[in-house]
Amino acid sequence: MKNFKHITLMCGHYGSGKTNVAVNLAFELKKQHENTAIADLDIVNPYFRTRDSEKELTDAGIRVICSRYAGTNLDAPAMPPEMYAITEDKTMKTIVDVGGDDRGAYALGRLSKMITDEGDYEMLMVINRSRPLTRDAESTIEVMREIEAACRIPFTGIVNNTNLGRETTAEDVLSSIAYAEEVSALSGLPVVMTTVREDIAPSLEGKCSNVFPLKLQNNLI
Amino acid sequence: MSDKVLMKGNEAIAEAAIIAGCRHYFGYPITPQTEIAAYMAKRMPKIGGCFLQAESEIAAINMVYGVASAGKRVMTSSSSPGISLKGEGLSYMAGADMPCLVVNVQRGGPGLGGIQPSQSDYFQATKAGGHGDFRMIVLAPASVQEMAELTVKGFELADKYRMTSMLLADGTMGQMMEPVALDLEVKPAPEKPWATNGTKMQRAHNITNSLSLVAEELEALNFARYEKYAEIEKNEVMYEEYMMDDAEICIAAFGIASRVSRNAIDEARRQGIKVGMIRPITLWPFPAAPFKAAADKVKSFISVELSMGQMIEDVRLATECKKPVTLCNRVGGMIPSPEQVLEAIIKANNGGAN
Repeated sequence: MKNFKHITLMCGHYGSGKTNVAVNLAFELKKQHENTAIADLDIVNPYFRTRDSEKELTDAGIRVICSRYAGTNLDAPAMPPEMYAITEDKTMKTIVDVGGDDRGAYALGRLSKMITDEGDYEMLMVINRSRPLTRDAESTIEVMREIEAACRIPFTGIVNNTNLGRETTAEDVLSSIAYAEEVSALSGLPVVMTTVREDIAPSLEGKCSNVFPLKLQNNLI
Repeated sequence: MSDKVLMKGNEAIAEAAIIAGCRHYFGYPITPQTEIAAYMAKRMPKIGGCFLQAESEIAAINMVYGVASAGKRVMTSSSSPGISLKGEGLSYMAGADMPCLVVNVQRGGPGLGGIQPSQSDYFQATKAGGHGDFRMIVLAPASVQEMAELTVKGFELADKYRMTSMLLADGTMGQMMEPVALDLEVKPAPEKPWATNGTKMQRAHNITNSLSLVAEELEALNFARYEKYAEIEKNEVMYEEYMMDDAEICIAAFGIASRVSRNAIDEARRQGIKVGMIRPITLWPFPAAPFKAAADKVKSFISVELSMGQMIEDVRLATECKKPVTLCNRVGGMIPSPEQVLEAIIKANNGGAN
């Protein structure tokens, strides 16, 4: 991905892989722009948060903006006070990891006017055809509309992150292209990229455009 | 594209329950199981089912009691502190012989504890779900696939024996995502001639009740119920053995602890240590027989738990204390690492049983 906007918002269905894509995009953004941040605005998910990769991110010089309670034993759906830096610091480019579904996207509403007034943003819908409630384009569009209504920001693009976790094969990704294109046609938005586990990426060469290879975040189990 | 979908453990439980014919869900939100309720809230209205967020856990379990009495498949779910609140209802349902599925996605305790994973409700699930003499069938899944399969199994066993099945998971199992095949086989629910679903003026009234005014009758009910429990202990034990054929050390672990242990066993085997595992799938009835048999073959046992040592008591009972049983644990929301388990294995192998 090139030419990152001031703010890149990652939204999508719960469990579509937003956090993993967001973390990987932050590393990519850092290569292109010195003052880079990743912001975790997830107020829904108790486990598996951006913060799990905090050390790798800060070691790479990426600012991590997240609730001090994320990943702790306290179940407080809190927003980080630092979040205003996302809109106010014009020299900093940020990848924003938004919570899943409309429930997660409500948190973004606080910033929506500032973001849309400035207009220098990308709002990406992360889709995964392997998730049971977004198996077809129609139900995916339904989730998109719910998210837009909740956060009051229209989507600008689609990220096809179809995967089955570690069991994902190149065929799984290839067979999802038609689905992603249908979501694109129904929404009138481009498929900005297809994100795949990095070891699968080479086998997709020539068969799928805009492939973005992902390193999977650490998982102990 | 394979037929598998990527699901959180909590979602797999909810979808499997729907597949099993459950159309009534009552609950109250608590982390880390809230996705079960959220999934039901989205799906139930679309299939003519009932999702109801009750005003409390106590209300929810009593709604379950009501639907069970009407003869329908019904469930509730919660996490540790919420299950404690349901304890009274669990006992009443046992006293009235009502079938249902209760899910506990455990978190650290005691008290309000924390939201991170734990297995410290083992005692509660297997020995003291509430007051009085009663048992629950307790199922312990170790993968998202198994969460789906054991949900179906839980409903079937509950109906078969007219009692509560509890699915005992933990926060990590509930939150982690894995591919699941949802082509689950479901046996239809049996006839329930005892259900309070209307006499249609064609039969005598059925009564759902856990109150007995005559001591002799209450005693007889208890004896009869324990005869049923003995049948279950004979017929329904489930467990999995891993590398036990030549094992000199036996790990006892269920759920998330068994996954960590499996990694540690693989590494220990690479180092030439003969270690295996017995993974109970039913915690009650506890798989006592394989542990008893292993006690004649192995040097020692290691119970790997996310508790201060609860299942270890059943391992000691099952093995009649023939061999030492040591504990390898983390608590309060922490998970033992494969390295910690490996260290315990090496220590046991060197004869340092404690």
